Amino acid sequence: MTVTGVPADGRIGTPLLRKEDPPLLTGEARFVEDLVVPGALHAAVLRSPHANARIRSLDISGALASPGVVAAFTGADLREEWAQPLPCAWPVTADIKIPEHLPLAVEHVSYGGDAVAVVVGESREAAVDALDAVVVDYEPLPAVVDLQEALTDRVVVHESLGSNRCYTWSLIPDPAAVDSAFAEAAHVVKERYVQQRLIPNAMETRGVCVVPQPFGGDYTIYSATQIPHILKVMLGIVTGIPEQKLRVVAPWVGGGFGSKLNVYAEEALCLALARRLKRPVRWTEERIENAQATIQGRGMIQEIELAADRDGRVRAVRVNLLADMGAYLQLVTPGIPLLGAFLYHGVYDIPAYAFTCTGVFTTKTATDADRGAGRPEATYAIEPAMDALAHQLGLDPAEVRRRNFIATEKFPYSSAAGLVFDSGDYGPALDQALELAAYEATRKEQQDRRNAGANKRIGIGLSCYVEMCGLAPSRVLASLNYSAGGWEAATVRLMATGKVQVVTGSTPHGQGHETCWSQIVADRLGVDPDDVDVVSGDTALSPAGMDTYGSRSLSVGGVAVWQATEKVIAKARAIAAHQMEASEEDLELVGGSFQVKGTPSRSMAIQAVAFEAFTAHNLPDGMEPGLEAQVTYDPPNFTFPFGTHVAVVEVDSETGDVDLVRYVAVDDCGNQVNPMIVEGQVHGGVVQGIAQALYEEAVYDQDGNLRTSTLTDYLVPSAAEVPSFTLGHTVTPSPTNPMGVKGVGEAGTIASTPAVMNAVLDALAPLGVTALDMPASPQRVWEAVERAKKAAEGEER
Amino acid sequence: MRVSTTVNGRSYEHEIEPRLLLVYYLRDVLGLTGTKVGCDTSSCGACTVLVDGESVKSCTMLAAQADGCAMTTIEALAVDGALDPLQEAFHDNHALQCGFCTSGMVMAAMSIIREHPGLTEADVREGLEGNLCRCTGYHNIVKAVLAGAGRQAHPVGAAR
Ligand code: FES
Ligand code: FES
Repeated sequence: MTVTGVPADGRIGTPLLRKEDPPLLTGEARFVEDLVVPGALHAAVLRSPHANARIRSLDISGALASPGVVAAFTGADLREEWAQPLPCAWPVTADIKIPEHLPLAVEHVSYGGDAVAVVVGESREAAVDALDAVVVDYEPLPAVVDLQEALTDRVVVHESLGSNRCYTWSLIPDPAAVDSAFAEAAHVVKERYVQQRLIPNAMETRGVCVVPQPFGGDYTIYSATQIPHILKVMLGIVTGIPEQKLRVVAPWVGGGFGSKLNVYAEEALCLALARRLKRPVRWTEERIENAQATIQGRGMIQEIELAADRDGRVRAVRVNLLADMGAYLQLVTPGIPLLGAFLYHGVYDIPAYAFTCTGVFTTKTATDADRGAGRPEATYAIEPAMDALAHQLGLDPAEVRRRNFIATEKFPYSSAAGLVFDSGDYGPALDQALELAAYEATRKEQQDRRNAGANKRIGIGLSCYVEMCGLAPSRVLASLNYSAGGWEAATVRLMATGKVQVVTGSTPHGQGHETCWSQIVADRLGVDPDDVDVVSGDTALSPAGMDTYGSRSLSVGGVAVWQATEKVIAKARAIAAHQMEASEEDLELVGGSFQVKGTPSRSMAIQAVAFEAFTAHNLPDGMEPGLEAQVTYDPPNFTFPFGTHVAVVEVDSETGDVDLVRYVAVDDCGNQVNPMIVEGQVHGGVVQGIAQALYEEAVYDQDGNLRTSTLTDYLVPSAAEVPSFTLGHTVTPSPTNPMGVKGVGEAGTIASTPAVMNAVLDALAPLGVTALDMPASPQRVWEAVERAKKAAEGEER
Repeated sequence: MRVSTTVNGRSYEHEIEPRLLLVYYLRDVLGLTGTKVGCDTSSCGACTVLVDGESVKSCTMLAAQADGCAMTTIEALAVDGALDPLQEAFHDNHALQCGFCTSGMVMAAMSIIREHPGLTEADVREGLEGNLCRCTGYHNIVKAVLAGAGRQAHPVGAAR
C-alpha cells in the first residue's frame, strides 16, 4: 500500500516532494552551530561527577587564570541573575513537591551532570580546557537509583522537600464499578512492566547562542529548540528580562523527539552571561552532555490488571504507576504520565477504569517528553496485557482484540476514563495488517517450526493502538493543572504580487511544515505551492505560537492555517464581488479564480484580487486594505489516531538473538495532507519504538553513574539493525476539525514497542517464558529461556 | 603547522593547531558547515566526507593528516543549482526529515555505491552502519541509495 509515483500537483492528499530538502541536501541550511557570530564567547559547563553530593567548596581561580578565559562563575556568583528558578509548567496536583532548580547548582548537586560552574572563553577549546582547572570539593552522599527504594525515603534527594514522593495523581471515576468488575471477573490478568529510561538522542545536540544589544537592551536567542515561543516567555520569567526585549530564533533544528521541548539551564545561562558580559555567548552541547543533561524519556514501573468475563470481554482495567521524575522537574516532567493516563484501556470498550500514578525523585537526569510521551507507556501496558489475557483464555491474540474493540457505531465514544474519542473504525485496520503480514501463513510456519523443534522460533506480535494527539483544548489543559493553553496561531497573507506568505506558530524540526502548509493553502486558494512561503521559528516574525510537540502541528497548527485561508477567501470573495458587480453568493473559487456561477467567462484571479486589496483603490465601503487573516485556533477536542502494527521476529532460543524479519504498520491518522510525509513519520517512529524494545536503555549503576552516555554504549540502531517496512492505512476522518486530520508524528513509536515485545514473547511462550524486560537483548532473552527451562525441569522432578 | 589541501576543487594553505580535527578545519577554517558534528566517539557519521575519494569520518582525522589530500564535502555536489543524482534520489524518496544526518549519509552513500557494482539492500544497510539517523527509520534512505545507484527507481513521490 506504498504511495506510488502519482503526479503531485500539491493539492491536499498528494505526495508533494518537500520544499525543505534542497537547502538541507546541499549543506546550505544553517543549524545553530553553523551560525557565524563575530565576537562570540564560548561557554563550557562543569558538571558534577556525583549523583548526590554537597558542594563543600568550589574554586574557579585556576580557570580564570587559564589562557583564553574571559570569565568563570559558580552557582553562587550567578544566584542574583535568576528572578525565578527554571520552570516546571505542569504542577499536576495542588500539593506537588517542586525542588528549586537553578541553572547552576549552589550548595548541592542532585544528579551526575548537574551543572556547578561555567567557564567562558574566547574559543570553545579555551573554555573546555579550563574546566579542568576548576577545583570542587564534594561531600558525596548516597545515590537514589531504584524507584521502590526511593519511595522508602531512606535517602531523600532534596532534604528541603522532606520526601522523594513528588505527587500522587488519580483518575478513578467510579471506584465501585472497578471493584465489582474485579469481584465478578472470570479471568484476572495482573502484569508488571518496566519502562526503561531512554535517551532521545536527536542527531543534532542542543546548542544556544545569545546575541545581546547592550545599548538597546534586546537579546536574540538562537537555540536548537522545538519551542521558541514558550522559551521566550520562560526565559523572560527566569532572567527577569522583559519579554518584549527577547527574540528567540529556532533556525534549522536537527530533530527533537521531545528532548528540545524544554527550557534548559544552558539557555538561561547563555542569556545571563550575555547580559553580564555584554558580548554574544554560545554553548554547544557535547554528546555526553546530551545523555546527562538533556531530558530522558520513560522511566516507569507499571502495574496493570484486567478483569475479564468468561468470553474474554474486559470489564475493568486498573493501573498503578511509579514514575521516575529524576532529580528535578523540567518543563513538563510530572505531566508525562498524565498524557497516557486516559489511554490505558487502549482501543477496547472497557466500562470501568482506575489509574493512579506516583511520581518519585531519584538522583538521575530529569525525565520529560520523549516521542509519544505517556502514550507509548500506556500502549505498552494494555497491549502485552491483552496478549496475557489471550494466553490465559487460549484464544488467538487477534480474536481477543476483536471481541473487545470499541464498536464503530459507538463513536464518538465516551470512555470510562472521561475522554470522547472523535472517530474510529478499528476492525478494518486490524484486518488489513493481518493480511499484509500474511498472518495465517505465518502462524502455520510458526507451528511447523515448533513441531520440528527448530531453535529459530517465529513470534508474531500484534499491537492495536490509539493515541490522543492534537495537544490540546486549553480548557482541558486547565483541568489538568497545565500552566498554558493548547491553541495555535497562523497568518495567511496574500502579497501585492499575488504570492502568499504563511506565518505559523508551529515550529518544525524535520516534520515538513513548509511543504504541508503550502499544500493546504495551495489547495484552498488554487495557487501553485511554490508560490507559498512559510515563515516560522522566529518570535520576531511569528510572534504567537505554542510550537511543536504531541503530534499537534497539523491538527492544531495546520487547522489554523486552513481557517486563516478560509478567512482570506471570504474577504477576497467580497472584493471580487464588489469589483465584478456580482453577489458574493454567485461567486465560486475555481482553480484560483472567482467565477460567476454558470458564467465562467466572468472571472477574477485571486492574484488580481490581492493586488486590488493592496492598492485599495476600489474596495467595498468600510473595508480595510490588504488581504490577510490571522487565526488563533483552540481545538475543541483531542484527535484519536489509531491502527494496528504487526511484528514478526525470529528468536534463536540458543543464543537469545532476536531478528525482526517483517514489520507491518497500518495507521489511520484521518485525512492525509501528504502521504509521503505520513509514511516517513511512521518509518522513523517505528524504528524509535523498535529501539526501545530491542536496543536502547539508559543504564545507571548503584552509585547513580550513567553507564551509557556515549553512542558506543547506548545503542541507537543503524540501518543494519532494522528491516524495511510494509505500510498500509485506513482513513477515518476526525469530525473535530474541518480538515478531518488527526496527527501521526508519534504513532509509530507508540505502536511498535508492544508489537515487537509481544512477538518476542510469542516466540518464547512454548518454552514457558511469560515475561521479559526491555530491551530484549540476546543476554536477557537467553537468561529468560534458561530460567524457564530450569523451572520446567523443577516441575518435572 | 602548515597544511595544504584541496577541498571541493579549490586549493588552500593554512596555519593550523596540530590538534585541530579535520571536521573543524572544514567547518571553522573553511566555513563549510554542511559537514556536521553529531558525537565525539566516531559513532554517528554526520561528519562523513570524501578524502582522496574514500569516505572518512572527518572527526576521526586530524587536519594535519589531510595535508596534501583532495577532499569533497556536501557543498560540492550540486552544480549550478542542479542537485547531484544522489541528492536528487534523496529528495525524490523523502530520505531526509530534519536533515542533520543527511550530508554524512549522502557522502557515505557515494562511496558505497562506488564500491558495490551490484548494490543490494543488504549492502546499503551494512554500508551505512556507521551513519545514524533518528528521523527516517532508514527505510527511505535505503530506497534513495538504491535509486541513486540506478537500481529500483521507484520514488515515493514524484517531481513537482
Ligand atoms: S561526528 Fe559523529 S562520527 Fe564524526
Ligand atoms: S533526517 Fe534527522 S537525523 Fe536523519
